[in-house]
Amino acid sequence: MTNATQYFAADSARIDLLVVKDMVAANTRVLDIGCGDGTLLRMLAEERGVDARGMELSQRGVNDCVAKGLSVIQGDADTDLADYPDDSFDYVILSQTLQATRNPRRVLEQMLRIGKRAIVSFPNFGHWSIRLQIMFAGRMPITENLPLAWYETPNIHFCTIRDFVALVDEVDAQIDRAVALDPSGAPMRVNAPWWVWNLFGEQAVFLLERRA
Amino acid sequence: MTEIDPLKAGHAARREADAPHSLVLRLPADRPLMMDAGVALAPLTIAYQTYGTLNADKTNAILVCHALTGDQHVANTHPLTGKPGWWEIMVGPGKPIDTDRYFVICSNVLGGCLGTTGPATTNPATGMPYGLDMPMVTIRDMVRAQALLVDQLGIGKLFCVIGGSMGGMQVLQWAAIYPERVFCAIPIATAPRHSSQNIAFNEVGRQAVMADPEWAGGRYFELGKSPTKGLAVARMAAHITYLSDEALHRKFGRKLQNKTAPTFSFDADFQIESYLRHQGSTFVERFDANTYLYLTRAMDYFDLAEDYDGSLARAFKDTKTRFCIVSFTSDWLFPTSASRSIVHALNANSASVSFVEIDTDKGHDAFLLDVPDMLATTSGFIESSARAFGLKEAKSA
Repeated sequence: MTNATQYFAADSARIDLLVVKDMVAANTRVLDIGCGDGTLLRMLAEERGVDARGMELSQRGVNDCVAKGLSVIQGDADTDLADYPDDSFDYVILSQTLQATRNPRRVLEQMLRIGKRAIVSFPNFGHWSIRLQIMFAGRMPITENLPLAWYETPNIHFCTIRDFVALVDEVDAQIDRAVALDPSGAPMRVNAPWWVWNLFGEQAVFLLERRA
Repeated sequence: MTEIDPLKAGHAARREADAPHSLVLRLPADRPLMMDAGVALAPLTIAYQTYGTLNADKTNAILVCHALTGDQHVANTHPLTGKPGWWEIMVGPGKPIDTDRYFVICSNVLGGCLGTTGPATTNPATGMPYGLDMPMVTIRDMVRAQALLVDQLGIGKLFCVIGGSMGGMQVLQWAAIYPERVFCAIPIATAPRHSSQNIAFNEVGRQAVMADPEWAGGRYFELGKSPTKGLAVARMAAHITYLSDEALHRKFGRKLQNKTAPTFSFDADFQIESYLRHQGSTFVERFDANTYLYLTRAMDYFDLAEDYDGSLARAFKDTKTRFCIVSFTSDWLFPTSASRSIVHALNANSASVSFVEIDTDKGHDAFLLDVPDMLATTSGFIESSARAFGLKEAKSA
């Protein structure tokens, strides 16, 4: 796996992005929704020869991306995906953003419409440490990866891995690959059952496509 | 209103129209410009300015397209007003359009009054100014004329075409009809067509000009008249549309001009009134009234999709041009929704497009002003496009 520090500050290593990268085939067309400063897009363009496009809400992020030579549109996942024609991309990526959208189901459907495949990564609200905080403290959980209090977090639609798997079924999609990451960011054993992932996976990354 | 000597104002504009302080390309009578109005215009004169040096491969040219009341004097002292060029914030050594690195061209648009053939130009057939004998000009005609100039300079492909407002319309038109000649395009604060509201405002301006008895059916030069009052009112009305309510409030509020109490008269009691009157009176010293009619009409007629069976996407079919589209939050004349419709059409073609809506309260005029986010976005885009185009780094000074 690529040395993450090449792209990330050491303390903010986003291992999930490396997992996402490994799901993307070379020389394809990719849209990264919520692409931030373009870290993943640049990595995909340089290492995978990908035709990389992005959508980002913040002006700062768009400026950073444009300065890197990336084609990025200022836009909102909830409203602006509708502007793309069907099958515009080989992959549409949404990393760590699904839980912050107003209508996650609609966003996922749009992703599967405009992309042949969709890649989604999100924090798993079913992780044991979160369950314990709710059970014993009786308070909304705060973790290293989810550091904001309930009243100020942008994450308004948390889900667990099993919730997400159910949604995939509802939107008529199938799972091509799934990876759960433990709190250290390492991928978990592949053949574990869902309940193990749902309990011990802190994050999950899914590769989806429309059901044939 | 400040009194202006109408003849002096008229003469100044008249002089620039026939003998501009600019580089000039004069095309002979046997090389006419075929216009959308169905007329072959000849002889054609194009007044232009250049900055920087064209490289040996002729690959570092940037064409700047000016807006309605702009001109070719992008980055030099204006010959009539003595003021700095209208886009010195953007064009110059070390600026986003770096004249140490790029060869920058800007020509006065067809129908303009700063030296390119327009209604204020002397018609060689009559020895009198064209006036309303000038054929109606379109944005596409302006772009065709610019292409003749670019040809004459020996440039096949422009590295970049950039402009705001009516200049942005020209950028879109360039990308649509000469896609292979534009590597990257930066349309700012513009639209693929003029809206009903835009046309309405332009009509108010034109009616103000034409209601001035000095306009004299457009024959004011030959009759020794000058419709400065009508043109000033047109400018005042238009100027309001270039600003936002918020910016006006911040700048002027309800503050009085050099007085502590209202005069109970129709003097310019409020600062905003005094400001608009000043805008109107300085404008007429440098601009021709008929030109104002022609150029506003060209904008009204602009509807890029209409040339492509109503499909804007088809205007950019399979384009290889890289686009960077910029809009401003407080621009209600060319709102972000208009820019988004361009993005939409380009996405339908899988074109390379970046889009940013810049947060500012400066209104439509923001593209002319020191808006750091605009400068950062455009310079980043130009820089990365230059790398993609294979242009070498600037020589260090």
